[in-house]
Amino acid sequence: MGVRLVLTTHGVHTSCNALKLIAVVNECQNTFFRAFCLNMRLPGTVAIVTSDGRMIVGTLKGFDQTINLILDESHERVFSSTQGVEQVVLGLYIVRGDNVAVIGEIDDETDSALDLGNIRAEPLNSVVH
Amino acid sequence: MFWLLFYSFFKSLVGKDVVVELKNDLSICGTLHSVDQYLNIKLTDISVTDPEKYPHMLSVKNCFIRGSVVRYVQLPADEVDTQLLQDAARKEAMQQKQ
Repeated sequence: MGVRLVLTTHGVHTSCNALKLIAVVNECQNTFFRAFCLNMRLPGTVAIVTSDGRMIVGTLKGFDQTINLILDESHERVFSSTQGVEQVVLGLYIVRGDNVAVIGEIDDETDSALDLGNIRAEPLNSVVH
Repeated sequence: MFWLLFYSFFKSLVGKDVVVELKNDLSICGTLHSVDQYLNIKLTDISVTDPEKYPHMLSVKNCFIRGSVVRYVQLPADEVDTQLLQDAARKEAMQQKQ
């Protein structure tokens, strides 16, 4: 069992296609990774660090053994040393597992207390194998 | 079939505090919650070792780290019997050769 990707010529999935895709993915048998997700209070907000150093925040809707992810309501948090954090809205995304470095469970309380406009930081480095 | 030696080794360290250094230079300190055959690591109660430089994870308490992005796992010296580990590794290597 893995992610059965439904490719359409229209590109972005409609909400009903997305839900069918999510149901397929959740049947997966990767017990470890599943345990990670079940430990989280679903639906949970997660922060994904990608292998090219980007940070994407969204709702984790599905996954499989190779860590392909379905993220809903996602946005990228762009960190910069000169200006505050910029949030770029992305929508419904599938992230291929090869590109995932870290999946963090976001604590909504702490996150809403963050003053993103005042955070200055260099962007994360890319993963170098 | 994956080499299960280090998987078993990490399983014995569940509950201990470790620091995972990633291949993107980020270092995350936390309690080892679980590990799997790919050496994916789940850490709870995390803190980044240099939060000034890496405020990216401020609102994250627990995280899952893909095994392929780990560079080092820093362990407390008194938790590891290096002699035992070395002998076990040598045995595994011998078995794999045959």
